[in-house]
Amino acid sequence: MPLDNLVFWVFAPVSVASAIAMLTRRNAVHAALFLIVNFFTIAVMYLLLDAPFLFAVQIIVYAGAIMVLFLFVIMLLGVDRNEARGERLFGMRTMAGILAAGFVLEMFFALRAGIGFATRAPAGFEKVNAPANTQALAKVLFTRYFFPFEVTSVLLIIAAIAAMVLANRKARAITQAELDAHENAQARSAAAPSEALAP
Amino acid sequence: MVTSLAAELAPVGNGRALGVLPLLWLVPALPLAAATVNLFLGRRLGRFAGWLAVGAMTGSFAIAVLMVRQLASFGGDERLYVQHLFDWIQVGSFNVDASVRLDALSATMILVVTGIGLLIHIYSMGYMHGDPRYGRFFAYMNLFVFFMLMLVLGANFLILYLGWEGVGLCSYLLIGFWFEKTDNANAAKKAFVTTRIGDTAMLIGIAMIVMKFGTLNFEVVFGTANATLSKGAATTIALLLFAGAVGKSAQVPLHVWLPDAMAGPTPVSALIHAATMVTAGVYLVLRTHVLFEVSGAALVVVTVIGLITMLYAATCALGQDDLKRVLAYSTVSQLGYMFIAAGLRAYALALFMLVAHAFYKGLMFLAAGSVMHGMHEETDMKQMGGLLRRMPLTGATFLIGAISLAAVPPFTGFFAKDAILEVANHTGHQWVYVLGTVGAVISAAYMGRLVFLTLFGRPRTQAAEHAHESPPVMTVPLILLAVGAFALGFVVEQSPEGAFSRWVESALGAVPRGPLGLPTTVLIAIATVVAVGTLIATWVIYASGRVDWMALRVRLAPLQRLFEHGWYIDDYYATVLVAPGKAASGILAYRFDAGFIDGTVNAVGGSTRRLAAVGRKIQTGYVRTYALALFAGAVGILVYVGLRL
Amino acid sequence: MRTPIAYFLLLSGILFALGTMGVLIRKNALLIFMSVELQLNAVNLALVAFSRLHGNLNGQVLAFFSMVVAAAEVVVGLAIIVSVYRRSQSVNVDDARSLRW
Repeated sequence: MPLDNLVFWVFAPVSVASAIAMLTRRNAVHAALFLIVNFFTIAVMYLLLDAPFLFAVQIIVYAGAIMVLFLFVIMLLGVDRNEARGERLFGMRTMAGILAAGFVLEMFFALRAGIGFATRAPAGFEKVNAPANTQALAKVLFTRYFFPFEVTSVLLIIAAIAAMVLANRKARAITQAELDAHENAQARSAAAPSEALAP
Repeated sequence: MVTSLAAELAPVGNGRALGVLPLLWLVPALPLAAATVNLFLGRRLGRFAGWLAVGAMTGSFAIAVLMVRQLASFGGDERLYVQHLFDWIQVGSFNVDASVRLDALSATMILVVTGIGLLIHIYSMGYMHGDPRYGRFFAYMNLFVFFMLMLVLGANFLILYLGWEGVGLCSYLLIGFWFEKTDNANAAKKAFVTTRIGDTAMLIGIAMIVMKFGTLNFEVVFGTANATLSKGAATTIALLLFAGAVGKSAQVPLHVWLPDAMAGPTPVSALIHAATMVTAGVYLVLRTHVLFEVSGAALVVVTVIGLITMLYAATCALGQDDLKRVLAYSTVSQLGYMFIAAGLRAYALALFMLVAHAFYKGLMFLAAGSVMHGMHEETDMKQMGGLLRRMPLTGATFLIGAISLAAVPPFTGFFAKDAILEVANHTGHQWVYVLGTVGAVISAAYMGRLVFLTLFGRPRTQAAEHAHESPPVMTVPLILLAVGAFALGFVVEQSPEGAFSRWVESALGAVPRGPLGLPTTVLIAIATVVAVGTLIATWVIYASGRVDWMALRVRLAPLQRLFEHGWYIDDYYATVLVAPGKAASGILAYRFDAGFIDGTVNAVGGSTRRLAAVGRKIQTGYVRTYALALFAGAVGILVYVGLRL
Repeated sequence: MRTPIAYFLLLSGILFALGTMGVLIRKNALLIFMSVELQLNAVNLALVAFSRLHGNLNGQVLAFFSMVVAAAEVVVGLAIIVSVYRRSQSVNVDDARSLRW
């Protein structure tokens, strides 16, 4: 069996399994860790698709930066809180399941009618990736997509500023009411492992 | 073609000295102007409003007198003047212009309206003194005079109808002048609705005239009536117009509004319901007599209705205790006499009776108002008595009016009534003569009762004991009217070939004369004996003290109640016509309009609200349901696109 | 490479569907956000697969930009979640339902 085929058929199930696991974990940290596993498998997919640069970037940016950020926030916002088991909205889970399954079925039929399940990757991709994927990507990025590139850099700056503004809090005296509320919230979450109610 | 014909038939003063005749339009214009001023500025004018109204009436009367003198200077057949004011309606070949027409008939009418109207206006200045709506009263009175003048001066049916409707409106406004009392407002409503029935018939008649003649101009219609109309058509039109007269002149069966109309101020009763508006019906018949003559049968109807009304109303007057109601029924009865005369083709006599009646009935109403003034607005005759000594001027003039009405010679009333009965007798209508004489007996009876209960005997209450005379502004008109009620007759020399008949002959034709029946002198003797005898009898019963009329009244109570309630005709109408009408309109107003229509509209709103109440549940507030909806929609679109491809 | 491209695409579809399910089912705002990231990744995978199929780098560039924007979005989104938490002491999206009928 060809190597890439094997790799695919090993990592694809892992990918799906980790995604399902992420969906079903009630502990937030566990879910985040499973998502990281999923990102790794995606990165491998990129490798299979002759995109080594993206493979690296995926790991560095997604698994390394974004998920770390997630974990920080989870830590801030109640790492010991578990999601409630029940579902308040009637029929939400069923409907979501049906729709998701329907979506996948659609994809299946669309693919079958479109490119078909027999099409393999065409040859000749090495010419595109000359001399290497990174250089080729850079060439395209800095010539053809130069303007979006610059705009994206502005976007990043804006995001940083936005985060600073949103997270900013003037130093002030904490009122007794706030302290009491905080204590009550903690007492309740310690007594029953469920979500805290809005005050 | 029709307009040129009309132009030919109307001699508009060719080759004659017109003199003051072109001022004809001022006669109605002055009261209209004064009415407008009083309507808008009445409150600020205060007492001056009355003077303004009286001034306008004086001007109108003066000009009217000049008009009549000028007209009289023309020869017999040329006594006609038509003044074109402006073009009014021009639709295709149908033209109506605003024109006024002065002939002997309308000249007499405008003298009556402005002259007696002037006296009543002067009287009103005293009677309505202190009323909060003083200015508005005079505005309405002047407006009424304007409409009445347009009614009698109109040169075509449309102007006549304009005046007709206008006087109806003013009558409504004036009857309900003290509208704070619901009874007054109801009386006004009743008057308007009842006359409306007649007015509608009249309008249909006018429409038929348009159909048959293509025009409404009097000259054309009366000139070509004989040639254009068949007997049947003429009868229909005449009867329809007569229906309007029946309503306006309060003849049976549309008489029910007049007794209730006494709720209005007494000058209103005098002017509108004695002297002028109720005579509009008589004027109408006189004006359109050509149509009645073409028909022939219509004249019989007129006479019959006149007879029935005259007798019926006379009996009712006998049973009333209210001073003004006696006079009201008396008016209805006297109008019956006028219609009898018209039905007998004695149009000039009908007109003379109209003039005479205007004098003595107007006088009696004003005197009654004076009596009420002195008795602090009391109208029940049983509470009065002995007023002649306490209110000499009022009492004397009241007495003169009553004797005139009772047709005692040589008072004016005698000349009027006797002439009519004489024509009936001489032309072979003996039944009319007999019934008319019976009516004369009853008339004398109720007049005697009225006068003797109020003026003679001993005062029966404290109020009668302390009654006082009215101020001169009220008594002077009384005196002037009394002079007319007394003297007008032999001054004008009334007999079928008298001066008055000659004066109106150009407009109304000659009075019928006949060889039949009794000689004139015998008739005069019979009439005198009848009248004087009845008066003496009533004096004995009511004023001499020899008969206990109170006990008599109790014994004849059922009869008296029958007369008092107008033979229960009004109650009959109330149950048979009014009550079902009210029930029907109640259903329509409440069940249909408020219930069904409003209900439907409200239901639309209500159902929208209920629908929205159900629909808004979509906004659950959960973000996740919104996301679900999004996703479902996206999947749906994909399915749709996928199926299409 | 022997694997048909369609399999990559199908994998991408499955991951996207799973991500959407996560958005719909989860009540914790952070977990919903993580599901959104999963969706974005699935799309990126599809882009790269198409890029390989059509023989140019446009897909990869787009995936690259997508990652950058996703990073920025995560930053802002988490800042918002922290702000909301500070106000209401809850990360449950079901508790924010005042804009209802």
